[in-house]
Amino acid sequence: MGSIHLQNVTKKFDETEVIPPLDLDINEGEFVVFVGPSGCGKSTLLRMIAGLEDLTSGKIEIDGQDVSAVPPAKRGLAMVFQSYALYPHMSVRKNIAFPLKMAGMDQAEIDRKVDGAAKVLNLDAYIDRRPGQLSGGQRQRVAIGRAIVREPKAFLFDEPLSNLDAALRVNMRLEISELHQTLSTTMVYVTHDQVEAMTMADKIVVLRAGVIEQVGSPLELYHRPANLFVAGFIGSPKMNFVRGAEATKRNAHTIGVRPEHLSVSRESGMLKGKVGVAEHLGSDTFIHVAVEGSDLITVRTEGEIDLKHGDTVYLSAEEDRIYRFAEDGRTIQ
Amino acid sequence: MTLDEKTRTKIGFTIAAWLVGLLIFFPILWTVLTSFKTEAQAIASPPLFLGFDWTLENYFEVQERSNYFRHFANSVVISVGSTVLGLLIAIPAAWAMAFVPRKRTKDVLMWMLSTKMLPPVGVLIPIYLLFRDTGLLDTLTGLVLVLTLINLPIIIWMLYTYFKEIPGEILEAARMDGATLWSEIVHVLTPMAVPGIASTLLLNVILAWNEAFWTLNLTAATAAPLTAFIASYSSPEGLFYAKLSAASTMAIAPILIMGWFSQKQLVRGLTFGAVK
Repeated sequence: MGSIHLQNVTKKFDETEVIPPLDLDINEGEFVVFVGPSGCGKSTLLRMIAGLEDLTSGKIEIDGQDVSAVPPAKRGLAMVFQSYALYPHMSVRKNIAFPLKMAGMDQAEIDRKVDGAAKVLNLDAYIDRRPGQLSGGQRQRVAIGRAIVREPKAFLFDEPLSNLDAALRVNMRLEISELHQTLSTTMVYVTHDQVEAMTMADKIVVLRAGVIEQVGSPLELYHRPANLFVAGFIGSPKMNFVRGAEATKRNAHTIGVRPEHLSVSRESGMLKGKVGVAEHLGSDTFIHVAVEGSDLITVRTEGEIDLKHGDTVYLSAEEDRIYRFAEDGRTIQ
Repeated sequence: MTLDEKTRTKIGFTIAAWLVGLLIFFPILWTVLTSFKTEAQAIASPPLFLGFDWTLENYFEVQERSNYFRHFANSVVISVGSTVLGLLIAIPAAWAMAFVPRKRTKDVLMWMLSTKMLPPVGVLIPIYLLFRDTGLLDTLTGLVLVLTLINLPIIIWMLYTYFKEIPGEILEAARMDGATLWSEIVHVLTPMAVPGIASTLLLNVILAWNEAFWTLNLTAATAAPLTAFIASYSSPEGLFYAKLSAASTMAIAPILIMGWFSQKQLVRGLTFGAVK
């Protein structure tokens, strides 16, 4: 239960094509993350799966059944919204019970399920409060609670963590991953944060302007990006790109090296530059180096390194760590 | 002692506000005072402000001559009836316009508002004839219908601005949770819009209560509300200011009291969306 197939799906708002024809398979039990910059159509795609946006053309199948014309309520999916979208006039209990009430379940059964969900999500203590009296993290848990009681075929998450502060975001990220382990239900998760995508996903779908740039596991995307866009989007800090002589020497338009694959030397190397800002994180140091004829290059080194602003350094990388890109952005194998 | 400029400005504005307030309130105050005078004192020149013999005579006489409570009951039925009916039509209409807007939604809203700019007397004859032919003249049903139609644009506009403030995601969440359109409106939208619906309701009751053009023209005896009750005292036999004032006071008292208790709600309703 819970496989989703998109066939030739398109979406137009008036005359603007937001999603050009797109195919995608989401397998049962998978945690799939749609990631991309804002405005890339990832939320629209999720809303199309949910049934909140009509398809302009194409077909969506859930468990082999064509649901393209089925209203959201009948698709058997549950969604967690960015703004949580809790019912402000209802207590936590009533919020979580709402989908069950709509399904016409009897009260005893509803109570049992709501109590169960509240326990799993540590909401027992707040069960009679209204959403307005809860913190952001608690609200998010209520929203998740409301989704899990329905035992849906799949969960849809629309940037659920973007309203939380950094520390809470990390916690909730773990909680959602944990939930996926426990329930093994299909989850489709939208985010613009590649760290969320890398840490949570079984499969990442990288989108740009409504087009799927690459689909793959987090490490596949990290090690074998299909093009310059994916290479630049996945990984933090992002990949450095160099054009010019070094690229031409390797029969490429652009070459890319990840910050963690660059080494710094005071004597010799591939690129010569001056140290700009060094960010000391304790475990790592990020050094931003101004290289002539190129953008600022970021180097990630383990531990501390003694470099000052203005020092001349040489950067180099092992050949097999260097990615080569053609003029149209494709990766050259 | 000298006051700084800020305090002086504040005092100036306070005095101005009180003056304007009194100016607006004065006719009502004068009506109430006159209702306690004798007919002779009512037309005395120079006018008597407080130094007269207070009497309740006018009130007894008014109640004796005409049945206040019947008119009052009619007013209640007409204003509450037209408000409830109006809300039943306006809630789904405003829902559609706020949450499923189409290309022409704004035009429809503007068109509805424009009907309020039409002078009512322009449609008096056709409506009168329609009412005559359908037997609705001088009936409560007829008045409820006509006042619903008259105030519907305002109710829809007010609710529309309220609904616009409700995040669409919450309604989408309800849809995902399996709510039908009906349960979405009943269980989610309406409870969230209660403050808005309450102030719309209050305002509409007041508008309907005070409405005089249609209530005077379409009623005779049976369905006549308080507006007709007041009008009956400006009779051809000569003006009886004191009695007219007593009748007016009795007619406006209920709505004045209701308005006083709900003023917070009313102000919120009228400025909703404009002031945050």
